Amino acid sequence: MSAVAEREPASPRPRPRKRESALRKTMKEGLWDNNPIFRQVLGICSALAVTNLVLNTAVMCLALTWTTALSCLTVSLLRDWTPHRIRMMVQTLIIAFYVILVDLALKAYWPEMSRSLGPYVGLIITNCIIMGRCEAFARSNSPGMSFLDGLFSGLGYSFVLLMVAVLRELLGMGSILGVPVPYFSTAWDKWIIMVMPPGAFFTLACLIWIFRSIRSGEEEKSA
Amino acid sequence: MSLTVELWQMLVVFFSAIFTGNILLTTFLGMCPFLAVSRQVKASVGLGFAVVFVMTCTSLLNWLAYRYVLVPLELEFFRFILFIIIIATFVQFVEMVLERYSPVLYQNLGIFLPLITVNCAILGASLFTVIREYTFLVTVGYGFGSGAGWMLAIVAMAGIRQKMAVERVPAGLQGPGITLIIAGLMALGFIGFTGVLQGG
Repeated sequence: MSAVAEREPASPRPRPRKRESALRKTMKEGLWDNNPIFRQVLGICSALAVTNLVLNTAVMCLALTWTTALSCLTVSLLRDWTPHRIRMMVQTLIIAFYVILVDLALKAYWPEMSRSLGPYVGLIITNCIIMGRCEAFARSNSPGMSFLDGLFSGLGYSFVLLMVAVLRELLGMGSILGVPVPYFSTAWDKWIIMVMPPGAFFTLACLIWIFRSIRSGEEEKSA
Repeated sequence: MSLTVELWQMLVVFFSAIFTGNILLTTFLGMCPFLAVSRQVKASVGLGFAVVFVMTCTSLLNWLAYRYVLVPLELEFFRFILFIIIIATFVQFVEMVLERYSPVLYQNLGIFLPLITVNCAILGASLFTVIREYTFLVTVGYGFGSGAGWMLAIVAMAGIRQKMAVERVPAGLQGPGITLIIAGLMALGFIGFTGVLQGG
């Protein structure tokens, strides 16, 4: 909050209102304007592989959002004590700490899910989104704002992945969350290719296409 | 397990890591550099060689560290941190050695080395060898094969994209969009290899 206030010239406006607008800005940035997947095409590595089932994707997204939000918070809290030269290493260790917590929790309470996600939970560590948010935002902003920034970046990532997963499971297996959908599980000729790796590439490419077309329309309108 | 069986298994894993289980096209690892660096064939060959080298070495180092340090100490959950540190240290070390002894190679590969630390394919390959419980020799085959498979994919993609540069692509699909579609078609092609190798 303080950093935002510093950048803008002091105004007589009451605080609460300003806070709300900053919050909305962060929200819009993470979810839409600067969406990690559509806009920056980052961190899709560990993500595409789990999107053939909606349930796996939901767990993965939850893990990622939790890690992003809390890592950003921690990086921001420690930002005054972290030597500049070794900050990447410190950030990686912070991220790894939260990922290990998720991994252990999944192993203990949901072993089947842990097995079916395989190495992908661990690969959250090398997901460029988290590192990117820590480096670009959390390093120079207050803890509260960093937490929100991480949270909404994570959510922006999650909603795209969930869209990919819903499309893939519906078209490929005729179900959502394992529950058969009326038309798609009976009359629909299942597109097996959708649950195989190429389906992930095609679905994401089409979503990016749609998003960018909408965006360029918006930009033309505002220009 | 006798040595011949293990050698045979190593070969099978090597080829399946390149074709049927390509680390990029079937497990989606290493997508970020794949999308970013696949514009020029020359750059992608450089990055490809760096990945082959680092992946082979780090999957071996990580296998040794896991087997002889973490398992005896019962600290398996600590593997993420240890693997990341080993990879980062190794890359830094290689960079320093190259800079000192082979300036030519350093100029060609050097700029790609820092990128590799955050390449999820490297960490992914190490995690796969641990999860699938490969033996030492099989790990050699897997690490080398995965690197080679990744390189094959990125060089092929760069070749296609260089040709694509003169084609007209719909505005919204330019850049990552069309690259993903090509990757999808490549993945489709690689599915054709399924069944050629058994037990991989």
